Amino acid sequence: MKRNLICIICPRGCAMTVEGEGTDLTVTGNTCPKGKQYAIDECTHPMRTVTSTVRVTNRPDTMVSVKTAAPVPKDAIFEVMKRIRATTVKAPVKAGAVLVADVFGTDVIATKSVE
Amino acid sequence: MYDVIVAGAGVIGGMLARELTRYRLSVCLLERENDVACGATKANSGIVHGGYDPEPGTLKAKMNADGVEKLFATAAELHVPASRCGSMVVAFSAEEDKTVKALFARGQANGIGGLSVLSGDEARALEPALSPAVTSALLVPNAGVVCPYQLTIAAVGNAMDNGAELKLNFEIVAVTREADGFTVTAADGQTVRGRYLVNCAGGHADAVAAMAGDGFFTLIPRAGEYMLLDRAEGERVRHTVFQVPTKEGKGVLVTPTADGNLLVGPTATRVESAESTETTPAGLETVARLAAKSVPTVNFRQVITSFSGVRASVAGGDFIIEPSKKVSGLLHVAAIDSPGLTSCVSIAEYAVTLLRGMGLATEKDPAFNGERADTHAFRRMNDAERDAFIKEHPDYGKIVCRCETVTEGEIRDALRRNPPAADIDGVKRRTRAGMGRCQGGFCMPYVMRLISEEKQIAMTDVTKNGGGSKQLKGRI
Amino acid sequence: MKYHDIVIVGGGPAGMAAAVAAFDAGVTDVAILDREEKLGGILKQCIHNGFGLHKLGRELTGPEYADVYRAEVEKRGIAVYTNTMVTAVSPERVVTAQNRSGVLTLSAGAVVLAMGCRERSRGALNISGTRPAGVYSAGTAQKLMNCEGYRVGERVVILGSGDIGLIMARRLSLEGAKVEAVCEIMPYSGGLIRNIVQCLEDFGIPLYLSHTVAEIHGRRRVEGVTIAEVDDKRRVIEATKRYVPCDTLLLSCGLIPENELTRAAGIPMDPVTGGALVDEHRQTAVPGIFACGNVLQVHDLVDYVSDEAEIAGAGAAAFVRNKAENRAAVTTKAGNGVRYVLPQQVRADGGEDVSLFLRVVRPFGKVRYTVSDGERVLATANRLKAAPGEMEKITVSRDKWQNVTGPVTVSLEELA
Repeated sequence: MKRNLICIICPRGCAMTVEGEGTDLTVTGNTCPKGKQYAIDECTHPMRTVTSTVRVTNRPDTMVSVKTAAPVPKDAIFEVMKRIRATTVKAPVKAGAVLVADVFGTDVIATKSVE
Repeated sequence: MYDVIVAGAGVIGGMLARELTRYRLSVCLLERENDVACGATKANSGIVHGGYDPEPGTLKAKMNADGVEKLFATAAELHVPASRCGSMVVAFSAEEDKTVKALFARGQANGIGGLSVLSGDEARALEPALSPAVTSALLVPNAGVVCPYQLTIAAVGNAMDNGAELKLNFEIVAVTREADGFTVTAADGQTVRGRYLVNCAGGHADAVAAMAGDGFFTLIPRAGEYMLLDRAEGERVRHTVFQVPTKEGKGVLVTPTADGNLLVGPTATRVESAESTETTPAGLETVARLAAKSVPTVNFRQVITSFSGVRASVAGGDFIIEPSKKVSGLLHVAAIDSPGLTSCVSIAEYAVTLLRGMGLATEKDPAFNGERADTHAFRRMNDAERDAFIKEHPDYGKIVCRCETVTEGEIRDALRRNPPAADIDGVKRRTRAGMGRCQGGFCMPYVMRLISEEKQIAMTDVTKNGGGSKQLKGRI
Repeated sequence: MKYHDIVIVGGGPAGMAAAVAAFDAGVTDVAILDREEKLGGILKQCIHNGFGLHKLGRELTGPEYADVYRAEVEKRGIAVYTNTMVTAVSPERVVTAQNRSGVLTLSAGAVVLAMGCRERSRGALNISGTRPAGVYSAGTAQKLMNCEGYRVGERVVILGSGDIGLIMARRLSLEGAKVEAVCEIMPYSGGLIRNIVQCLEDFGIPLYLSHTVAEIHGRRRVEGVTIAEVDDKRRVIEATKRYVPCDTLLLSCGLIPENELTRAAGIPMDPVTGGALVDEHRQTAVPGIFACGNVLQVHDLVDYVSDEAEIAGAGAAAFVRNKAENRAAVTTKAGNGVRYVLPQQVRADGGEDVSLFLRVVRPFGKVRYTVSDGERVLATANRLKAAPGEMEKITVSRDKWQNVTGPVTVSLEELA
């Protein structure tokens, strides 16, 4: 396997190449160890924080913004979105409240309060 | 059965409807779009022409000469922004200097007072931003600017206040002449009946004439592209600056608008139809290039929007304002291109005279009130007056459009007052909300909410300009 | 007329941070005026994460970042006028505003301008074609989606690869829309690399560099756009035109500081930044009027907005306490490869370190920045990369400012 990717750890944006199979990977093009780790993570188990909104049913045209409390596997993004979309909530909502529990090892929580 | 049906709610139809409500008449105004002033009127230069230009002896010459003062008086009565800023026609060569003199002579023949021919330096003394290449200019002090769509909105609103009815989204598909009058049928099947029918259908006037059985003329649609600049450029020139017409074309104008912006344009391009209102890269490039010829310092980085209007002319070139020779009770007011806006009040009066000649009984209605409330009164108040007004009307305390400082109170008023706005563009034309530098970026969601509230419709049904122009695709 | 020591115009991230900093510098009579119902400004609609890493050491979403500062404002009991829109600021520091209760005039010891910025509109871009529904600036679409819960389009083309456009490409994709393309007129993107990776690449959205939207089609609603490649003068190459069917066009073509109040107050402006000319305390050329955040210069990260606002807030507090300060200023200047330097004036005389913020004219590889006063070098800094989308900061230590005559020039040289 050979994969080119741009590092997102800092604004430098190093162009890196990852080569190898399974856990035996070599990274070139990075300028720091963080970049190397990012490249390996990105090739073995890329993770993303998903942010979206959940409708507040007892307020007119009101959404509460939400996020996964921790990153989830990149492949699971649309599955997480399905769970989020199937959810509604009633105000009041407090920032930090768990709105969808146990999603790929984490929770979907509110990122704002709605009174 | 109405006494008079006016087909088309542009500036001509709108002003005619208002004129008719001076009399004891029932009047119905038909418009195919979701608002008035949506055809050629919307994308007009807004110039009140001095009257030196039309060929002496034509209807255009007559209506223009008669129309200037009447237009300014009507604009004042309706509280529509207008300004008598004067105009100049500038020449760039000895050849063009001759045209300036010829225009002066033609103006004299048309009975236009106050004209004078200036040298290039005299012109620059009055208008310092003029190009050093200007060799002479015709000065036209009686000319000015008016906001064409606000004039139409106010005229229709005043007509409605005086009893006229407005039917929007009424796209005429059939006109039948019966013994006692006309039946006019819309695309959606609804019908309106009236004793007299006046064809003010602008770019569609030839089609309406044909439907009525008198299709004796064909309109030639010509598009004119414009660019509108921010108020920061509004004082670049004080006069409307025209160029001497040449073989290549009529040139473009650079003018302050009645609302304090700067307008440059138009091009004149033969197009497919009255709906061909798209702008083109070539057109906008031409406008910029020719405008810079007269006024080299125009800052095109201040462009806030560009648009194109289609005007309807006929081969002969003059207005067609005449009773049908084939269909009794039908009056044509068609082919109203420039100077149509300037002439609109005179045309309306003349049309009423013609209708009278066709047998329409015109008994004055003593209840007629030609004044319309000043919808921009709030904007002209000082802080103390505003404070007092807001305490009475709290909605005027909430500024919705920050670029043009338009309040919620003004927007709600536009959604209620005759003719009520029904969509985002309608609110914009009445209040200027969304017409500023950000072009609605900030205020559009709030304006949509106000429309949804006032019209009792879902946010997802709010449109930009009627029909299929919904902004939203549904809820998340 | 009511008086406050400091009146802050705008309650977004800049206004809130300025208020907190001014309070903490010992001036407690601070008031924030904001046009919206709730403090937070545009952060309220930025539901994505990535805020606060630099400033707060943790990764937050926009609403969470705003909450952090809102809590600080509340904790200090700073006066907040919401739903209140400022309509004028006078050079004498009288602030006129209005809300549903009437017109309000406040006199202030110092004023901090923190009105933020707006997006470049279609008109300003002069895209030709029809004028249908479905053309949105990216931020308007963001507000309608994230705050009010509406879908704005199903097939979308985005013009401009600014961060808001990239974020919206992801947001639209997550909600089931198909983003057909992102067109960027420049040969490089102005957005953060992280956003290109996580907002476009993750969703397989093509980014076309050196491309623009040449025309918009559709009478009532957008039916499609013509996209085309541009040459090095940004002119459309006719032969490359192609039609892309879509129902929505999003514009993310740059932000413009919203300085109408500033101009009306007669405050001198910098034509390059689009903001006021300021000194190192972010004081404009009108004494006692300060500016910070995106109204002063468009920032890439809110964290830097907060930093800048703290400088302005502290500066305003110092002005209120001691109005006499009026040292001569030296000017700063953008040299080779540098588009602008902020602050444009420095009054420092050795009392404190001063950081210069700048942007470069185009992307570079490895560069060395040199800050010089005539022949004298005040500071140098090496960077592995420079891009117009990344604001750069170079600090000149306090001792170097003594006897500086100006102009202090920042230039860069590309290293092999």
